[in-house]
This record gives sequence, C-alpha cells and structure tokens, in this order.
Amino acid sequence: MASLKKMWRNNWVGYLFLAPWLIGFFFLGIIPIGSSLYLSFTSYDMFTPAEWTGLTNYAEIFADKKWWNSVKVTLVYVFIGAPLQLTFALAVAVLLNRGIKGLRVYRAIYYVPSLFGGSVAVAILWRQIFGGDGLINQFLSVFGIKGTNWISSPDTAIFTLIILTVWQFGAPMVIFLAGLKQVPNDLYEAATIDGAGKIKQFFKITLPLISPIIFFNLVMQIINAFQAFTPAYIVSGGSGGPLDSTLFYTLYLYQKGFTQFQMGYASALAWILLIAIAFVTALIFLSSKKWVYYQE
Amino acid sequence: METNKVSEPYRENINIHYMVNKKKIKPKGIVLHLFIIAVGILMLYPLLWMISSSFKPDSEIFKNISFLPTVFTFENYVIGWAGLSGVSFGKFFANTFFLVAVAIIGTVISCSMAAYAFARLEFAYKKIWFAIMLTTMMLPFHVTVIPQYIIFNKLDWVNTYLPLTIPKFLAGDGFFIFLMVQFIRTIPRELDEAAKMDGCGPIRLYSTLIMPLALPALITTMIFTFIWTWNDFFSQLLYIGDINLYTVALGLRMFLDAMGQNSWGAMFAMSTVSLIPLFALFIFFQRYLIEGITAGGVKG
Repeated sequence: MASLKKMWRNNWVGYLFLAPWLIGFFFLGIIPIGSSLYLSFTSYDMFTPAEWTGLTNYAEIFADKKWWNSVKVTLVYVFIGAPLQLTFALAVAVLLNRGIKGLRVYRAIYYVPSLFGGSVAVAILWRQIFGGDGLINQFLSVFGIKGTNWISSPDTAIFTLIILTVWQFGAPMVIFLAGLKQVPNDLYEAATIDGAGKIKQFFKITLPLISPIIFFNLVMQIINAFQAFTPAYIVSGGSGGPLDSTLFYTLYLYQKGFTQFQMGYASALAWILLIAIAFVTALIFLSSKKWVYYQE
Repeated sequence: METNKVSEPYRENINIHYMVNKKKIKPKGIVLHLFIIAVGILMLYPLLWMISSSFKPDSEIFKNISFLPTVFTFENYVIGWAGLSGVSFGKFFANTFFLVAVAIIGTVISCSMAAYAFARLEFAYKKIWFAIMLTTMMLPFHVTVIPQYIIFNKLDWVNTYLPLTIPKFLAGDGFFIFLMVQFIRTIPRELDEAAKMDGCGPIRLYSTLIMPLALPALITTMIFTFIWTWNDFFSQLLYIGDINLYTVALGLRMFLDAMGQNSWGAMFAMSTVSLIPLFALFIFFQRYLIEGITAGGVKG
C-alpha cells in the first residue's frame, strides 16, 4: 500500500498529462482491436448476439471471388500507383533543386494537388474529366481521336484512380526537396573534378544519400495506398464498379460491414488487411538493408 | 551579313549587361523554367478548368472546349448554394467549420498534453508507452472502425457529432504527438530550470512556458487537423445520416447522387467553394505546412 502511494506521488503528474491519450488508447484502441479480433471469428449483424463460428469467415473469404478481385485491384493500385508517384516526386524534386529562382512558388504549385487530392470535390472532378464527354475526350477529339468513357470501362477505370494518386506527387516531393538540400555540395564538386557526369552523380551520390528518404516515402505511400477509400467510392458511386474493377479492399470492407452489416466478416477482412500491410512493410524493411544507405 | 556584322558588338554588350545583372538566367535556365511552368500548368489544368466551368451555363460545359466561358454566369453558384431538400450549402459549411473548430481544440489540447509528458516529465513505463504510441501510428484504422462503430452505436451516438469529435480529445493521432515531442525537445532545458527556481510547478510550466514556445508545432498541428477534418469522408459517411448534420463532403456526395449528370455546373461551383478554405489556409500558412510534411521524413 505504502509503495503504491509512493509510486503515485512520483508519477501522478506524468500520468495526469498522459490521461487523455491513455483513455483513448484503451477505449478506442486496445478494446476495439481485441473486439475486432474476436468478432472476426463470429457471425454478427449488430441486431442479434454474435455467434462463434471459428474460422468460417476466413474460409469464406478465401473462397470469395469478389474478395480476390478486390485484392487484385488494390495490389495493382498500390504497386503501380505508389512507385509511379514517388518517381515523379523525385524527378521533379531533382529538377527544382538546381538552385533555380522561384523555387517556393513552383513548390507551392506542385503541392496544390496533394492538398486537394483527398477531397470529395476532386473525386467528383475526376469522374467528369475521364467521363465519356469529359475533358480528356474533348482534348483527344481535337486530334480526331474518339476516346471511350474511361470511368465506365472496366479496363481503364482503375487507371484513372492511379493517375489521381500520381497527380498528388507534391507531398513526397516536398520531403525529397528537404532531403536533397542536405546532400553536401562539395560531394558534387569533387565528383565534377573527377570527371563524373550529371547522370553518374545522380546514381552514385544523390540516390544513395537520399535512400533513407525514399525508404520513408515508400513505406508511407504504400500504407496510405492500401487504405485509400474516398476516390474509389466517389468515382464508382460507392459500388466499386464497373464490374468491380475499382473495388478497393477498403470499399469492399465498407460494403460488407456497413451496408450488409456482416460485421464478423468485415472484421476478418480488416485483420487480413492489417496482416497484409504489416507483411509488406516488413518486406520493405528487410529489403532496405540492401538498398538504404545510412551515413556513418 | 551586313546587319549581322553591325549588330555583333551590340549583342556582346547586351550579353555582358545580361550576365552582370542577372547572373542566374542563362538560356538553359530559361528552358528549365519554361518546362517547369508548363508541367505546373498541366497539373493545375483540371482545377482551373473546374473553376472556369463553374461559371459556364450547363449547356456549354461539354460543348465548348474553350477555357473561357462565352457566357459568364453566377447562376451555378446560386443553384448550388440553395442545396437540396431545403437545406442550403451554407448549413453544410457551418457544420464543417464547427467540426473543424472542435477537432482543432481537442487535438491541440490532448496531443500537447501527451507530448509534454513524453518530452519533459518522468514517470514509470514512459519508454514503453512512447513505443506503443509510435506503433499505433502505423495501425490501419479499419481494424478499429467496426468495434468503434458498435460502441458508438450502443452509446446512441450515431447521427450525432460525438463520434467525430470526442476521439479528438483523446489524442488519437500519434503523428501530432510525435511532431510536438520532437519540437519540445528542442526547447532548452535551462528555461525549465529557471522557471522551476521561480517556483513554477509542472502544470504551470506546461501552460505558461512550453505551450507558448511550442507554438509553431501547435500551428502545424492545427493546419493538418483542419485539412484532414475538412477532407475526411469515411467517418462522416459512417456516422452522419441526418441531412441537417451533413458536412461539405457529404453534401457534395449527395449532390452527385441526386443531380447526377444534369447539373455539373452547380456541382463544380460547390466543389470550387469547398476547396477555398483549404487554399486560403495553404496561402497563409504554407511555411507551417511544409514543415509539418518534412518533419516526419527528414532526420526522422
């Protein structure tokens, strides 16, 4: 008893300040995580009590063609969208980092799409731009090309969403710019004296020195891309169509959990997503030993 | 030939003049600038086109390829602002601003308290809590969203703002805590010592010394909270069903469903208006935004 009192006397201020976070962590973090794991082994529709069904949900998911399709769509989006976006971000950052005037203005212009990109307004705009009589086709018709309706064609719909994510390369670009500034100039000067060209300098100096930042951006963008929801929801009108070609994983989870109220099934979906993200992140971390260069 | 010869010294003169006054602009530099500007315009074109279309009559949006409207009209804004089912877009804006304001207050208070504890106070298991906090940053929110919905539903909070605001007072966003911890650590400890000598306790130290000095980090937090709350769609879609509680994002979505292909003009008008607050924020607080973005990535 006495030691508990003493402990409280030494620690109460710290825990007082930490209290809001601790309360949130328990009631909105730990308890929901535990419940969702439990629910993933049950059948639950919010109106009747949850019923333990063991691994049924997981077995059903792996036999669910729609689920496999949503996995495919999401993987295409993540592994084409994120690397493309980072490539653009790095290319533009290198261009802007040559000590040109007006850097701040250019940086701001390129950042604007990232600022707006997640909004419903831009998703609506995208639906129009790639629609049958949208901006892209108006532009193509000038050259006598008749484009299809990119949004309602199952072959192209996903690529309009990939373009939307690539378009938002401004945020990682800003991070790259900050990193490029920290590369010491005398390295380039020494390399120039040794006769190394610009391209060789980029691959031998710039890339290795900013590889930790490439790593950071890659992890963040991939985690974000796995969780993308708004663009697919708005562009497809909530359906994930045409023919489930934009049925992002999170959209399928939303449909299962909140329109069909299969909460157990949706919880299992969430856990598979968590494991998938953890797995991919772990892979990137492991591979980083081979390609990320840390000074010292 | 003749003219060329005459102009030769002239040209050299110009060149010298050029080099003395504007060292940095070389022909190669101009090409670079033009290229960067061209790409920039290409990128902003969709947004600019949306703005220009919002001033066009509906019949013209898809017919007239020209950027500038032949007939300039404000009608789209009038129709759009009137909203749907008797609820005006003004209501959606007021609702969203209210949510943003509450989210900012909650986030700044709760995250700064946690950050102060982690950066300045000593207590048992601090390191473990900090590691847990960092781990939660990586967690996809889908894992918690279903049980959270069930909990909020049991509390009868669905269709109120409580599920969207109460969590903000519980420091849910580890990113902001991390940002502030990093910032508070740069404040010299000597200031703390001096204040303690003057009889300042830990609570007063937080409110009168650390918080004012950490203002830049707080502003960055406010700006990101603003943007994320403004752009948030998923949780608003989940919890808000009553049109009187609709936010701008939900209002736009409803617009799209109800009007569909028939009134793009009004939709573009409201989409444009919905982006103005974000843009204004960006113009005035660009520095804090850039700092927030880079804080995680560099030296992190």
